[in-house]
Parts: sequence; C-alpha cells; structure tokens
Amino acid sequence: MGQLINSILVLLMLTGFMLLGSSRLAACIRTIAIQGLLLGFLAISMQDGDWTISGVLLPTTSAVVKGVVLPWLLFRAMREADTAREVEPFISYNLSIIAGAAALALSLWLGARLQLPNQPASSLLVPTAFFTSLVGMIVIASRRKALTQVLGYLALENGVYAFGTAVALHLPVLVELGILLDVFVAVFVMGIAMFHISREFNHIDTDKLAALTDRLR
Amino acid sequence: MISGSLLPLILAMALAPLMQAVITRTKSVMAGRVGPSLLQPYWDLRKLLLKGAVYSRTTSWVFQLGPTIGLASVIIALTLIPFGGFPALSAFSGDLVLIVYLMALGRFCTVVAALDTGSSFEGMGASREVTFSALAEPAFFLALAALARQTGYLSLNPVLAAVSTATWMRAAPMLGLTIAALTIVFLAENSRMPVDDPATHLELTMIHEVMVLDHSGPDFAMIQYSAALKMWLFATIIVGVVAPWHSGNRWIDTAVGLIGMLVLGIATGLIESSMARLRLLRIPQLMLVAILLSALALAL
Repeated sequence: MGQLINSILVLLMLTGFMLLGSSRLAACIRTIAIQGLLLGFLAISMQDGDWTISGVLLPTTSAVVKGVVLPWLLFRAMREADTAREVEPFISYNLSIIAGAAALALSLWLGARLQLPNQPASSLLVPTAFFTSLVGMIVIASRRKALTQVLGYLALENGVYAFGTAVALHLPVLVELGILLDVFVAVFVMGIAMFHISREFNHIDTDKLAALTDRLR
Repeated sequence: MISGSLLPLILAMALAPLMQAVITRTKSVMAGRVGPSLLQPYWDLRKLLLKGAVYSRTTSWVFQLGPTIGLASVIIALTLIPFGGFPALSAFSGDLVLIVYLMALGRFCTVVAALDTGSSFEGMGASREVTFSALAEPAFFLALAALARQTGYLSLNPVLAAVSTATWMRAAPMLGLTIAALTIVFLAENSRMPVDDPATHLELTMIHEVMVLDHSGPDFAMIQYSAALKMWLFATIIVGVVAPWHSGNRWIDTAVGLIGMLVLGIATGLIESSMARLRLLRIPQLMLVAILLSALALAL
C-alpha cells in the first residue's frame, strides 16, 4: 500500500518537472491532466480499505473535472488563441528545471521539519504537495503566455489539494465540492479572458499588457 | 572479501561485440532489411587487427597511446563488475567511485588523442564529447550513490547482490528512478540514438565518432572493442538492477543475466529505430533530467 502511494507521489513530482521542462502548450495541458488524474488515484488509495461512497465519489469527480473537463476547456482556448508553443519564457527551460530542483530540495526540507497534527500516510506526501505548489508559482512567474499561467494556477491548486489529502483525509463534502466549483469557474473565466485578449491583440503574451497605460512612453 | 571469479570478465570480453550486433540486427529488422551477420563485429575487429596503422606526421605518442589506455581502463573497470551469480574478480569498498573514474580516464585519453591530430573536426567532436560527458557523469555518480544508499554498500558486488525482489517491494519508486537515469546515461555514454547517431558520418552532427576518424588499423580495433566493452559494462549494471532474481544457482542467474542483456540490446535497437536524434541544444536538457532523476532517487 505504501509503495503504491509513494509511486503515485513520485509520478506527481515528475509531472511537475515535465511542466517546467516542456515548451509545447499541448504537452503542458496533458501534463496537468495527468496530474489531476494522479491526484484522484492518490486520494482513493489513501482510503486504505474503509471505502465510503463520498470517499470514492469525490476524488473521482475531482479527477474527471481536472483530468478531462478542464483540459478540454484549455485545449479549446489554445485553439482559439491559435498558439501552440511558449516561445520565449522569461527563464529558460533548463533554468526552470534547476529552479524546480531547488524547489524540491526546499520542499523536502520543509516536509521534514513541519509538525502536522496527524501522521500523513507517506513521508513524501507533504514535500510533494509543497513542490507541486511551488512549481505552479514558478510557472506563473516565469512564463509569458496567459494559457501557461492558467496551467501554473492549476498546478498550484493541485498542490493545495494534495496537501489537503495529507492533513485531513475527509474534508466535508460541501467544502470539497465548493473548491472544485471555484477552480472550474476560475478556469472558465480565464478561458473567456484569454479569448478576449487574443481577439484584441492577436496574441496572449501577458507581458505586453504593460503597454496598456495612459502614461506616455 | 568474496573470492572473485574470472567468468564475468570472460563473458564480457567474448560477448560484448555480440550485443552491438544484436542492436544492429534489431534496427535492420525494424527497417525491413536482413542486416549483417551477428558475427560481423568480430569480423570487423579481425579485419582491422590484420591491417597496419597509419599515423599522421602531426601526431605524437599521445595519439598512439589513446586507444591503448582507453581499452585498458575499460578492462580494469570490468574486473570490478559482477555478472549473474558470479562475483567480480576484485571488489573493495568504494570501487563504485573507481569505476566512474576509470571511464573518465579512458575518455580523457581518447579526447587528448583526438586533440593531438590538430584537426578542427576532431577538436569539435572532443568539445562535444566532454560537454555531454560532464553532464552524464554526475547523473551516473548520483544513480550509483542512490543504489549504495539503498543497499548500504559502497562496492558494486554487494550492491548488485543485495538488490532483490524484496528491495523492489520496499523501494520501487527509487529503483525505477535510478533505472530511468541509468538508461539515459547508458544511451548518452555509448553515443546511442537520442543523443548521438552511431550510423551517421556527418561531421556537423557527430559527437563520439568524429573523435576517432584519424585512427586506423589495430588502434581503431581497440577503440571499437573498448566501445563494445563500455556498453556491456553499463548494460550489466542496468540488468543487475532490473532483473534482481537470485535463485541460488549461479548458472541459472547467469543465464537470466544474459537474457536480460539480450532484451536490453533489443530495447536499445527499438529505441534507435523509433526515435530521432535530439537537437544538440536539447541534449543538455536530457542530461539535466537524468541528473534530476538520480538526485531524486538519492533523496527518497
């Protein structure tokens, strides 16, 4: 049982590095989809025998939303914005991966020091959660395209979700559904915003938005 | 200290060219060709050994020494590698480090010999070889360190003896990461497909092959042979971790090991047939991933 959880966690870490290292938006979206599905598996395998209907149904819903529905929305946004690649990130891909390694070291250190009220199922769970969130932050801060920033936001949310499974196995159903709905609406709104940006400027490079100022340059 | 056996060394020296032939045959079959005979590498070596060597007047003794030291260092490294149920000829605590440095010594001599020719192509190849090896070496070191940490030994003999199905049950993610890292190192160090194309002779894209263009006759035979032995060395370590069955009967274990080598050879051929070479600029990223995978395996 512990090996299954550990394997899922290591795969989650690897998806983090895939997100940092690949330049194709389609590959990044697929990585986020895999991450969502893995998180669903993780939450289900954490139940360890005592299955409840909400305990299985909630992770499944979350996996479907994060692994199927959101990627579909994002693929649509990608098609409409007519972009396939993150051409020039602010930080090169090699540097992003090294930053990811630093983030991993930080998360492992934090995970070893953090005192939790209850012992998580695996010692890797908290580091993975921190690492996934940090990857999300790195992606948001270092990429140009609005779409990649949405992916960073989703990675951030995935990290928070993983941390949630570490701290409290059974969150109230209402809270979890609320979070899921929030994420869904957020991505939906971001997709619409991206569509408008790309229709207005013919690209979704967020750094150019700084030009929208009254100040004379 | 376990009493050593000559068998791993003999197997390596006898069968290493055959493994290259298996890769070539797999690629031929995948491309719909018949392919050369499985004994072709041996005939090539024999042909080269019967020829005389030609030395350019600009080269010095460094050029002639390169292939000899290259071959010698690989053979010394092979005396430290166990195979199947048979322990290596010699083993001592810390021989993991020696293996990596012996490979580095062989590479250094090949590079120096290439620079000795004064050819600009060889200098270019040497520069590339050193760049990518410098990135592959930490990955190899970290992967070995991860194995050492998991098993608690610093010598390859007990490490490979200690990796068992029980280790897989206990630390599957860590071993998986180590194998992934070792496979990338294996492909890079032996100049196989995603990193280097062994079939091409275009100077602009070659990495390893370009360094040995000026060698001929017995010198070239030594270079080819040490390349085959080097591949065997890396493959033995990978197979030892992937197929960790210890039945108790040494001969059965050795047979399992040989089957593992055959499978790895075919897998390498399949990778070569299905993948394109990476752009040179992308290779550091691949090596970086290898370093990361092995570092992650060590940290777990």
